Amino acid sequence: MSRREAPTGELPYWIFRDYIKCTGCRTCEIACSLHHEGWMWPEASRIRVFMLFPGVEVPHLCSQCDDYPCVKSCPVEALSVDERTSAVIVDREKCISCGACIKACPGQVPFLHPGDNKATICDLCNGDPECVKLCQEAGYGCLTLVRERMSTNRKLYAIKPEDVSKDLAINLYGEKGKEVL
Amino acid sequence: MPRGYAGKYLDVDLTRNKVKDTTFDEKILKTYLGGRGLATKILWDRLGKRWQKVDPLGPENIFTALTGPLTAIHTGARTCISGKSPLSNGVIGSTLSGEFASEIKCAGYDGVIVTGKASSPVYILVTDSGGEIRDASKVWGKNGEETIKAINSEAREELKKRMPGVGAWREPGLIYAGPAGENRVRNAAVMQKIAHAAGYGGYGAVMGSKNLKAIAAKGRGPLPEVADPETVKRLWAAVHKASIKRGSMRRWGTGFGGYSTGANSSSEPVRNWQEEWHDERQFGGPRFETRYWIKRYWSDFNCTTSCMKISYIREGPYKGDITDCPDYELQAYCGANFGIFDPGENIHLSAVIDNLGFSGINSANTMAFAAELYQRGILTKAELGFDLKWGDADAFTKLAYLIANREGIGDVLAEGTYRAALKISEMKDVDVTQYAVHVKGVEIGAHGIRSGRDYASVISYALSPQAGDHTSTVSDGYREMAGAVFSDSAVFCNFSVDRSLQWDFLKAVTGWDITNESWSTWNGPIIFQTQRALLLLGGPDIFWSPKDDDNPPRFYEPLPTGPYKGKAADRKQLEEMKLNYYKSVGWDENGVPTSDTLKKLGLGDVDRALNKLRK
Repeated sequence: MSRREAPTGELPYWIFRDYIKCTGCRTCEIACSLHHEGWMWPEASRIRVFMLFPGVEVPHLCSQCDDYPCVKSCPVEALSVDERTSAVIVDREKCISCGACIKACPGQVPFLHPGDNKATICDLCNGDPECVKLCQEAGYGCLTLVRERMSTNRKLYAIKPEDVSKDLAINLYGEKGKEVL
Repeated sequence: MPRGYAGKYLDVDLTRNKVKDTTFDEKILKTYLGGRGLATKILWDRLGKRWQKVDPLGPENIFTALTGPLTAIHTGARTCISGKSPLSNGVIGSTLSGEFASEIKCAGYDGVIVTGKASSPVYILVTDSGGEIRDASKVWGKNGEETIKAINSEAREELKKRMPGVGAWREPGLIYAGPAGENRVRNAAVMQKIAHAAGYGGYGAVMGSKNLKAIAAKGRGPLPEVADPETVKRLWAAVHKASIKRGSMRRWGTGFGGYSTGANSSSEPVRNWQEEWHDERQFGGPRFETRYWIKRYWSDFNCTTSCMKISYIREGPYKGDITDCPDYELQAYCGANFGIFDPGENIHLSAVIDNLGFSGINSANTMAFAAELYQRGILTKAELGFDLKWGDADAFTKLAYLIANREGIGDVLAEGTYRAALKISEMKDVDVTQYAVHVKGVEIGAHGIRSGRDYASVISYALSPQAGDHTSTVSDGYREMAGAVFSDSAVFCNFSVDRSLQWDFLKAVTGWDITNESWSTWNGPIIFQTQRALLLLGGPDIFWSPKDDDNPPRFYEPLPTGPYKGKAADRKQLEEMKLNYYKSVGWDENGVPTSDTLKKLGLGDVDRALNKLRK
């Protein structure tokens, strides 16, 4: 798999995140889990806000790498790419909960669902992500939906939450950021 | 188990080093809900009979951290902390925001009840697989920021070890005591997220007295099931819509009051309430925002009001200090009340207070009390070790450390304003209680009554079972039941907007038919009257009498400055309103709930316990 656009010529979707603007309200998690689980379930939300130190809020979700290492790593082909949106789609019937996708992801984004123990990854709500709507309605603008050609840029968000947090802590708290994390 | 509840409570005995799960009958939950209500019930049932002998800082006291059915599902997730208060010797429901509330419910628990005393420092970890007591000796002595760093890291490592394959672990929700709490400073707070505090009550000291440094919770489950999910979702969206529309409250948090309360309503503590008006017109939201805010909107779980902001000092002598807005209360108490009107110095003192784990309102009241004694030559430089002049941020910083560590005169001041006043009066053979601004041991929030322009009246604090607590005052009859008594028991943020939806919300979550009317005549009064009874029973070091249903002497002194110069609380008005209020809530002429009142609420055992107070 490589850089591509949808066969229809439509540009694929991507969720921008502006970490500094995350307020830690976690209504994105509520919106996501209401949509996917039918009820409020923060740890089943495909977007999870890490707060390893107060103020250092890191919304963590799939960024659809252009080379999809998670999809490649799956030994049972449970993961596929939605041609239109670019989202990674998990076939929960096929998934054997081996965790290969978690290890393959440079950002350690996928996780095993706390309910059925299957790999869980953002599906971009088929192009209309609930988390973004909430964040925009609230006027925070931490999450923004864009449509752009696939590129290696996408990988810039595929970073472990600990590493994002360390950088963000310094951005927020200067030298002190090194002490707090 | 009723809907909206996770289904069980963690019951911890630190003396025996044992934890077990506990449940309550649906009837009890339907009456008391959770939080303040349920804590009052637990304390009454377990300690009521020997209440007057229970030392709030002894192993026998019970520390509770409880959620309620609306917690985390309604906007503004909070936890209600309670126990026998080392300040009032009664029960105070003291809530604080943060993810501890959502995490513990997702872990399958509605709260933690702690009794006994650990033989060495511990913290409690609550997860989906249960509760456990863990060593905290390495964390003991650490300030707020260090505690968060240490426990977040230790708990995450441990969880990762136990379930390595599930993906990245998030941090737990964490409530903790700072050094002030460890050293049993009576107005120490229970803290969360650096700057969030359950301040009123002094429950940080109760944690310290139990050798309990922190409680961490991490849950992987969903929030509890509700009775009517579709209605809950609709109401949830409606409450958020209203939150998002808020103006100044959203933009500057309560901090916009730093200017207006001092300037317009003349009801802000200035130099230990010697004044309530100031002519500083630059001490308000925007000046904090422009220079110090690194986050303009900061929230806790399920809140889009975002009244919190993060202040951070980048340069100068206070470089590295982190706190919130500060909110109005700490702008007042760690600002105007110290004679400080510089945002940077105010942020610094607020950060010091937070990091040491003080209640910013209550302990800063004690510190300004000390400064007034210095002003009057009653406390000297020799006793303090430094000059304690109004407006001197460094001096107040030194004082905060003296108190937190109970060094020198700090050991006396660590007893809270009223107890310190009694001690110093004895030491100096002069009555300094006239400078102590408290009601029944609880230092008063930053809303004065003299100008008559703020919300508080001459009886607001004087007759409240939560005494000086500005978040839960009284006015007439059971009018306040639907306010803080409800939100502290259903446990959601007192600042949530559109409170008109709260009854529909409760019904949709629990399925119970509790209305404004039924809550205000039945559930609320049961909680309120039991709180009043326990406050009157009091002890063991101080017992309140009818004459303590009063305001601090200072409130009867005329305001010396500002547009309401000359105005003061009126003793005649107090006496009149007091008797009317007693009547309106069914108390006798001494303020003791009558047998008739209590029996109608099914509180026969409370009634019997009060017999000893009736003449």
